[in-house]
Amino acid sequence: MTSQESISNLQRIISNQQFAVTMELTLPDSPDPTQVINTALEIAPYADALNLTDSTSAVPHFSSLAAATLLIQNKIEPVMQISCRDRNRIAIQGDILGSQAIGVRNILCVTGDGVQSGDHPEAKPVFDFDSTSLISTINHMKNTNTFLSGREFSPSLKLFTGGAVNPFAPPFDFRPLRVLKKYQAGASFFQSQFCFDIERLKTFMGQVEDLSNGNVPPILVGVGPIRSARVAKWMSANVPGVYIPSKVIDRIDSYPRKEQSKVGKEICIEIVNELKEMRNIAGIHIMAYRWESAAIEIVQQSSLDKQARQVD
Amino acid sequence: MNKPRTLENAYLITKKLITPFLNKYSNGSLFQKIMVGGEKITKKPVFDCKMCGQCILHSTGMVCPMGCPKELRNGPCGGVRQNNSCEIKPEMKCVWVRAWENSKQLKVYKDAILEIQPPVDRSLQGTSSWINEFIKEK
Repeated sequence: MTSQESISNLQRIISNQQFAVTMELTLPDSPDPTQVINTALEIAPYADALNLTDSTSAVPHFSSLAAATLLIQNKIEPVMQISCRDRNRIAIQGDILGSQAIGVRNILCVTGDGVQSGDHPEAKPVFDFDSTSLISTINHMKNTNTFLSGREFSPSLKLFTGGAVNPFAPPFDFRPLRVLKKYQAGASFFQSQFCFDIERLKTFMGQVEDLSNGNVPPILVGVGPIRSARVAKWMSANVPGVYIPSKVIDRIDSYPRKEQSKVGKEICIEIVNELKEMRNIAGIHIMAYRWESAAIEIVQQSSLDKQARQVD
Repeated sequence: MNKPRTLENAYLITKKLITPFLNKYSNGSLFQKIMVGGEKITKKPVFDCKMCGQCILHSTGMVCPMGCPKELRNGPCGGVRQNNSCEIKPEMKCVWVRAWENSKQLKVYKDAILEIQPPVDRSLQGTSSWINEFIKEK
């Protein structure tokens, strides 16, 4: 596919089989647009697209659709995340049309953390879709130019649809089938939960390769620096789906407190370097919560800046 | 009840028994009421049935996916804990861990767990899935 025909920058890089780098933009608890714009401008030179989370961990933050508007105004490509937790099929289908109008071309469909994880546990969990039925709904909209009801819209959608994958959560032998199910439903790329366990990832990728007869969907592996052993323990216990092996936590813990953030970055860079050598890895997705400088360092120190990767 | 093969057989027998009557009812008929009542009496105690009206038990290892706090019908979320328990209810084993374990034991519907399930039709809540689903399959 030539660049003229590609749906988005991310889609072009992935289909050219270049190593892709996406980053998660931490969305603020503030109505001030400059925070979103300044952080995005700081990290955008190091990433092919920036993920905009949809009230991650069930805590309300700046909306992903509004943040996408700000990014596009500043010529930065977003991956707009849509969670199934807060909106029903009427709202989500409307958001998909609206986001097209402002220029969103990449969407990541996620189930969403339960409302109990956040600061509004009394909220109504919606989950009208699950992530797979959201993906299949978008696919339906793309293929038929109709809503689920059958009502038509035009023009047709230009969307690169993604799904989430967590190879590090049970049931481990179902995870490869689940990613292929989402692929079959219409997801064209995947971004994974944090990887701190390369061996588990290798097993998972091997299973995906076998089950797909070598037709492995593009998977961007989630990575991120850990600030301290205390943060690692907290994330393991409180962030749904994050698995940090005890040997990783012990390694960070073996250093004095003020050196731990440096070790956290080193561990992340080691993982990225291993991922670069692995088969069938389409790229990385860096999640550095409110720690943009670390995300940039990780890119630079693993020689993944755009010049090194030869992407625009 | 954790006997997926027995439950699968019960499903197949129920389907066989009910299918011949499916042309002979009208909306609001006694037959329809009996079906709804029958499902409540049998499926509530065995599966903790939520009467979604579009039963896919045979695709989920005879474990009701509506028992998942997120009502996921296509597989587990990414939040399953390392000890196989639910992200939202840590005291409960993940519905999808059970569904996957049990579906491997099924004879007829072993691979049905891989089918892509459409979004839930909320308008069917409280109606008979025996009628809704078996008519669809006929």
